[in-house]
Amino acid sequence: MIDVLVVGGGNAALCAALMAREAGASVLLLEASPREWRGGNSQHTRNLRCMHDAPQDVLIEAYPEEEYWQDLLKVTGGITDEHLARLVIRASSNCRDWMRKHGVHFQPPLSGALHVARTNAFFMGGGKALVNAYFRSAEQLGVAIRYDTPVASVELDGDRFMAVRTLAGERIEARSCVLAAGGFESNREWLREAWGQNERGEWPSDNFLIRGTRFNEGVLLKHMIAAGADTIGDPTQAHMVAIDARAPLYDGGICTRIDCVSLGVVVNREGERFYDEGEDFWPKRYAIWGRLVAQQPGQVGYSIIDQKAIGRFMPPVFPGTTGGTLAELAGKLGLPEQTFVQTVERFNAACQTGTFDHTALDDCHTEGLAPAKTHWARPIDTPPYYGYALKPGVTFTYLGLKVNDRAAVHFGGRPSTNLFVAGEMMAGNVLGKGYTAGVGMAIGTAFGRIAGTQAAAAAIARNLDHATA
Amino acid sequence: MQQLEALTREASTLANGSEGRSGRAVIPILSAAETEVGRQMQICNACRYCEGFCAVFPAMTRRLEFGKADIHYLANLCHNCGACLHACQYAPPHEFAVNVPKAMAQVRGQTYVDYAWPPALGALYRRNGLTLSLALAAGLALFLILAVALNGTLWGGGLGGNFYRLFPHNLLVGMFAPVFLFAVLALGMGVRRFWREVTPATGSASLSAPAAAEATDAVLRLKYLDGGHGKGCNNDDDAFTLSRRRFHHFTFYGFMLCFAATSVATLYHYVFGWVAPYELPSLPKLLGVVGGVSLMIGTAGLWHLNRQRNPLHGDAAQKPMDLGFIALLFLTSASGLALWLGRGTPALAVLLCVHLGAVMALFATLPYGKFAHGIFRTAALLRHAIEKRQPNPIGLGDE
Repeated sequence: MIDVLVVGGGNAALCAALMAREAGASVLLLEASPREWRGGNSQHTRNLRCMHDAPQDVLIEAYPEEEYWQDLLKVTGGITDEHLARLVIRASSNCRDWMRKHGVHFQPPLSGALHVARTNAFFMGGGKALVNAYFRSAEQLGVAIRYDTPVASVELDGDRFMAVRTLAGERIEARSCVLAAGGFESNREWLREAWGQNERGEWPSDNFLIRGTRFNEGVLLKHMIAAGADTIGDPTQAHMVAIDARAPLYDGGICTRIDCVSLGVVVNREGERFYDEGEDFWPKRYAIWGRLVAQQPGQVGYSIIDQKAIGRFMPPVFPGTTGGTLAELAGKLGLPEQTFVQTVERFNAACQTGTFDHTALDDCHTEGLAPAKTHWARPIDTPPYYGYALKPGVTFTYLGLKVNDRAAVHFGGRPSTNLFVAGEMMAGNVLGKGYTAGVGMAIGTAFGRIAGTQAAAAAIARNLDHATA
Repeated sequence: MQQLEALTREASTLANGSEGRSGRAVIPILSAAETEVGRQMQICNACRYCEGFCAVFPAMTRRLEFGKADIHYLANLCHNCGACLHACQYAPPHEFAVNVPKAMAQVRGQTYVDYAWPPALGALYRRNGLTLSLALAAGLALFLILAVALNGTLWGGGLGGNFYRLFPHNLLVGMFAPVFLFAVLALGMGVRRFWREVTPATGSASLSAPAAAEATDAVLRLKYLDGGHGKGCNNDDDAFTLSRRRFHHFTFYGFMLCFAATSVATLYHYVFGWVAPYELPSLPKLLGVVGGVSLMIGTAGLWHLNRQRNPLHGDAAQKPMDLGFIALLFLTSASGLALWLGRGTPALAVLLCVHLGAVMALFATLPYGKFAHGIFRTAALLRHAIEKRQPNPIGLGDE
């Protein structure tokens, strides 16, 4: 019998497998996807939010524990667990040498991302390069890896892990197990069930796009919930951003983002504005726009800019719809012309143009307009005009299994002695809602490593039990 | 994406209909391979995860649109290291089907043809395969062997190691100098056109000393085969290896040493009147032996790596050209060393014919074969070093 079974093939799963193997356990990792799609959502990630008290290789200045914690507190609106959150924060300060040892390379922030030069360490080549490095290292260390092996269920004896059963029906026993198989974001049915029907009779989630892997069906999460594991989080909470409506249904990743929201206005299907586009710096606000768009009729929004904004934001993957006049743009986007033109004209008239500065919370704002645009408000008056249709793009869901600081799965408040969970399947313990760049990988890395260590210890302890029994 | 292509085509048609003030088309029509690079760069520019690997991606971020000259420049800046392919979340089987090394290689191959001088000979690139290279070397060697055999000095011969008795010095110079000078002229003219085409697209500025120094460093150290992290580039899979860089170094410096040996020997001959053959420890022989051995090691390694190469890397259609060049370099160095070692044996004449055949075939194929990659890539690296010193034309601050 193998010591540690790891279910999943993303960052958290790989961290767990590597730590368990380093602790001397025999490890088998089961990845649901074929090899070319391996790595779950980690293949789309790009950085790790890192605490540091002084400049560290690619990280400038300092990002102390308290500031990190306050940032997390702010974005989650307090729906977090301070003990676990601080555990993640501290782990983020000293995990990078270990990551490097397993082949991960870091680099200074990408162009267009200097705003996180202080807080986030970027993976050279992005998350897929990290996943490749971890898989290579795992193979070299003798971790057994099986692709195309989705797990359907877990066999328990009370709160003890016994075995898993794969979708193909194979039963695989192990002394301990780490579940790191992702959220349920690619399960359309479950999203529909979670989001339900709105007051307009729509099923909002039918219009969601999934930014990440198609393999996160939440099969194991559902199974564990049914088996009585303690859960945490709200099924509608997720990392959700507004992305280009033309993005593919799955795996659109980073490039489908539309980053010009704060440079113009956003209207809904009716041609009306619905939120302050200039509330704060875009990197601090991008993660709320997915939900904002999800609440609009048809779950669609339209980011509208003029020529002045071109070149001031990350170039979008698809070209924008253009119009020589606002009316023409409305026609091409299928927006009600009169309302749309009126909305923009009212906005233009309300702009109190000061000194435009996209790198500061400048004094360009609207007056007498609801909702206001509080920064970077400049009249949209320089053709050609550009429009980008937006849809909510789900990165990952937050509903997960409740853990303690040993990453143990709980049943009725009691921690299992040999079943652990890491990554998106438990990120909701720290992230009740909201998001801040690089924190998903921080949680996955911290809890992946803890889960691997704990699983190895549990397996070795069980070995000793057998030996002495 | 189809929308983008349609737009590009529409724009090209419009542009070619209405000529600019200079009388030149404003936006030249893109070929299928160029359109594909443009499509992929649009995706990459919205992602940028690969910025740390090489020069292509930082150059890309200075652009929002990719015209013909930009694409030619980027294609020649690409070293086909493979790092961005293995790291790409949009690589096949993803529907975006991003494979930058392959798309760039296809355009790169096309630019060699497009910029070839004289233009009519550009088509030779497409025929410059392994078989042709070897057949040419063998044919020339055979021709020389027959000529010598008719002379009755093919075997034994009592030449005392002096091959000028077979082929007088002036005959050799008369045979090789024109071919070599033509190769230099053809490549020079080709790269000059390339330089002129990409200069306006790369900031128009002219070369400064620091830019020249940086580009020279990038060429001589093969900086962009180090993966950006020093662990090397990819060959058969996602693991990094320094072997490509090292074998390329063996090849390049071996070639340069052999070239230096010939140059020194020329000086000896014309300036000092010291006539070949030179023996160890003379400078031409030292340079030649070390260079020849290095060239053999390098080309043997590159051949092996080329055969092991991940099929997704680069343009499979250009493999025969790559292998043809590698084979001729190997043959040249191996036959040169054999000639030296066999100088006192009856086989001298045959060895000499084989060596001269290989060298002649190498020179003849030089301007329309893989050798061009070094010239065009150096030009692209120089333009990159110039361009990066100009202010970024895109207002995208790190806002």
